[in-house]
Amino acid sequence: MTQLPLDLYIPPDALSIFLETFEGPLDLLLYLIRRQNLDILDIPVAEVTRQYMEYLALMREMKLELAAEYLLMAAWLAEIKSRMLLPRPPASEEEDEAADPRAELVARLLEYERLGGAARALDERPRQGRDHWPGRVAVSGDLSAWRQPDPPQVALADLVAAMQAVMRRHSLVAHHHVRREPLSVRERMSTILRRLHSAGHLFLETLFLPAEGRAGMVVTFLAILELGKEGAIRLAQDGPFAAIELTAPESGDG
Amino acid sequence: MGDPALERVADLLEAVLVSAGGPVPESRLLDALGPEGVDAKVLQAALDRLDARYADRMIELARTAGGWQVRTRPAAAAVLARLEPTRPQKYSRAVLETLALIAWRQPVTRGDIEAVRGVSVNPAIVRTLVERGWVEVVGRRERPGRPELLGTTRQFLDDFGLRSLSDLPDFETFSGQGDALDV
Repeated sequence: MTQLPLDLYIPPDALSIFLETFEGPLDLLLYLIRRQNLDILDIPVAEVTRQYMEYLALMREMKLELAAEYLLMAAWLAEIKSRMLLPRPPASEEEDEAADPRAELVARLLEYERLGGAARALDERPRQGRDHWPGRVAVSGDLSAWRQPDPPQVALADLVAAMQAVMRRHSLVAHHHVRREPLSVRERMSTILRRLHSAGHLFLETLFLPAEGRAGMVVTFLAILELGKEGAIRLAQDGPFAAIELTAPESGDG
Repeated sequence: MGDPALERVADLLEAVLVSAGGPVPESRLLDALGPEGVDAKVLQAALDRLDARYADRMIELARTAGGWQVRTRPAAAAVLARLEPTRPQKYSRAVLETLALIAWRQPVTRGDIEAVRGVSVNPAIVRTLVERGWVEVVGRRERPGRPELLGTTRQFLDDFGLRSLSDLPDFETFSGQGDALDV
């Protein structure tokens, strides 16, 4: 008979800390099963349920907050336990064996256990900012002589003209799928930034989706204005009526 | 390209990478070095040169999703950490499990995360991961309530030394067996 920690004297503070480290019912159950080397593919439900309930009682005694999930799990265990006591229905023609009432619980336990492994694996990888740092050598010398001249800033009027041109172009191509979901300027700003960071630069034209109709174009336009105001993007245009290009602002000088 | 010329390209490449402060995509390296007569092949040769130069040094050439960078080796971490103003953040199991689930199963909703972890998602955890730059909202699931879908970012790949998500080992390979109380 394996010893349970409950049989040992553990000072209340240590016990409290011990109990608090459980992430939830799956974590607790996994601990009970693995610590006693129980066969997870053939869990002794009655015994595990009894131990689980003892831990819950202990946690309550220690005045630890018991998340609702712990109680839900207690109910689930009780249900599995009673289903295990019923005679199993004979296997139907379609199945090789009758469904094991524990099957879903086992699947979830194993998946949670794998998640723990994955989390540890991630944590063990050498990480930027903890195990290694990028080169931060200072650039000396005056680079201004070599800098490309800043392209003329795009005036609001140019932006509006570009937008009108896009809208005119797309009105000529009728689209029957107009998305009906509400469009958020904030979300559009995030999308634009994400695309910009992955591509390095974007042309205004590519941001307009005909399927979103005029509403979509307005939202995109507002997003660009807002991003420009926040300094999160820069707009450039080679000449009148040329394509407007969005770029990320230069990161610092030197 | 002759050897002395390639050495010079490697020197210039080194200057770019050590001052960049983070990964530099190949396209930008070509933007910078192209006018020096560098094409993709020459760039690769120069990168190989740098890699060889650092073989016995405490710096290394590394490639992640964001591109190439010259960075310190983990072996130097103890020494460098003494100079860092703040201690590196140690993340709790809850944060790491949440991040792992998002990384391997993305895009996922908070509900999906709860289903696997067996506990409701603490909003502070997602906030921490978003602030750290590793997680972002990538869309919404088309279902009643339209819950947000979470995914990892390019910075996540860079910070964990990945070129792409496919560099992550298969989730099924994790048996996870061990003391469930590993913190």
